[in-house]
Amino acid sequence: MEYLYYPGCSLEGAARQYDESLRAVFQALGVGLRPLEDWNCCGATIYMSVDETTSLAVSARNLALAGRDGQRDLIAPCSACYTVLLKTNRYLTESPELRQKVDALLAKAGLSYRLNVTVRHPLDVLVNDVGIERIAAAASRRLDGLRVAPYYGCQIVRPERGFDHSEFPETMDRLFRALGAEPVYYPVKTRCCGGMLMTTFRDVALDLVRELLSCAVENGAECIVTTCPMCQVNLELYQDQVNQAFKTSYRVPVLFFTQLLGLALGCEEKSLGLQRNLIPFQLGVATA
Amino acid sequence: MIRQSHRLPGALPPRERELRETFLKQVELVPGGDRLSRCLQCGTCTGSCPVSYAMDLSPRMMIALFRAGMIEEILHSRSIWICASCYMCTTRCPQQIKITDLLYALKRVAMEKKLYPDRFPVYLLSNSFVRLLYRYGRNHELLLLLRFQLRRDPLQLLRMLPLGWAMYRRGRLALWPKRIHGVSAIRQMIDAAKTLELPREAAPLEFVPGAIGYRAVGQLPEKAV
Repeated sequence: MEYLYYPGCSLEGAARQYDESLRAVFQALGVGLRPLEDWNCCGATIYMSVDETTSLAVSARNLALAGRDGQRDLIAPCSACYTVLLKTNRYLTESPELRQKVDALLAKAGLSYRLNVTVRHPLDVLVNDVGIERIAAAASRRLDGLRVAPYYGCQIVRPERGFDHSEFPETMDRLFRALGAEPVYYPVKTRCCGGMLMTTFRDVALDLVRELLSCAVENGAECIVTTCPMCQVNLELYQDQVNQAFKTSYRVPVLFFTQLLGLALGCEEKSLGLQRNLIPFQLGVATA
Repeated sequence: MIRQSHRLPGALPPRERELRETFLKQVELVPGGDRLSRCLQCGTCTGSCPVSYAMDLSPRMMIALFRAGMIEEILHSRSIWICASCYMCTTRCPQQIKITDLLYALKRVAMEKKLYPDRFPVYLLSNSFVRLLYRYGRNHELLLLLRFQLRRDPLQLLRMLPLGWAMYRRGRLALWPKRIHGVSAIRQMIDAAKTLELPREAAPLEFVPGAIGYRAVGQLPEKAV
């Protein structure tokens, strides 16, 4: 079993530990991961608001590269990339007019896309292809009693009918429960973290982040586990600013789900990039 | 806030006509965009939106204003820029209206017609982003923030230094951008896209006697739904 891997821009920067831990987890499970060569930025949410056709073409270049040698599953860990690539696939399927335009643009780059790439999120692949049983069997360390807030963010479950419910997904809950952890009640699990609003309208974003933090803390979570680079940065890097703005004193570690999963699989902490997290997390040490 | 309309139904001022036309063109390219006409005004979108409290026009009001032929109000609102595109409204809409995608369409119209204030953060950010993508083929977080803040408010950079340092120390701040091999192909695609607008018939915007709501002031392309 081998998957093509589209890291996306943030996994080369602020979310480096997501890239590291993802590779470590796949290696520990013996699942092949081959990086897509010469991938480009997916266009994120930003390009969509500037020009639709260009944004679709830019994103479709990656799909065309991925599908060059036939049908492939492409793993996109960043929620924005995942949504944008999925959306590109759907738009090109549903609108012949857009397809025609995008094809013409891809031809300029010497490419063509045959709609033969399936965009997957690593959480989906791990739980639904590899399987929770196989992961639990490979785990060398139990996460016993660890109270985690499973935070999915918005874009891996919306707007496309993805691999889980769009408001109350359970995939990550099931995964970590099987490893001994206790997912806490977290009704805001798919609520928005504000995304780029942290840069453009900070007061609004800080308020959203405060809500996510307070819900986790009030329900007794020792850490928040996320699937998205943007969520991770907003929740972790801006925690101090939330504390300043709302006179709170949160200090909740925010991990990528692959980091916690890697710990259970017995990976080295360093290979999971745990030293890169701003708020340190250690298994077996209650921090809340 | 909302300008009082003293117009007769169907009598679209030239400006409104122009903006509406641009918008309808954008909507036509959104698969399922024509579902806009099915809005029940139930307010589920507004109630589901995590940021509607910070908007000057709620999503439901935007659709109502569009129907009333007051698209200029929507384009001048702060709301279209506050949407963080979490798609909750789209998921919950009982009529499956693609609200988030329609907001993208509105943003594109506003960008095209430059309907935003000076040094507007959303414009500066997306402009910086688009340029980086053109130059390197990828985004680069540090350059994006630098470009954005230098144009927005350079003093803010000082405030951000501690955050940047914290990230840098942990190896989470890439200093140098990577240029992909296929960057020239990307540039060709982006350049070509500018000239690619397919010729199309302008949507009829005349007053339709006997019609109500948005139909009275302009048709949405009617597709099989």
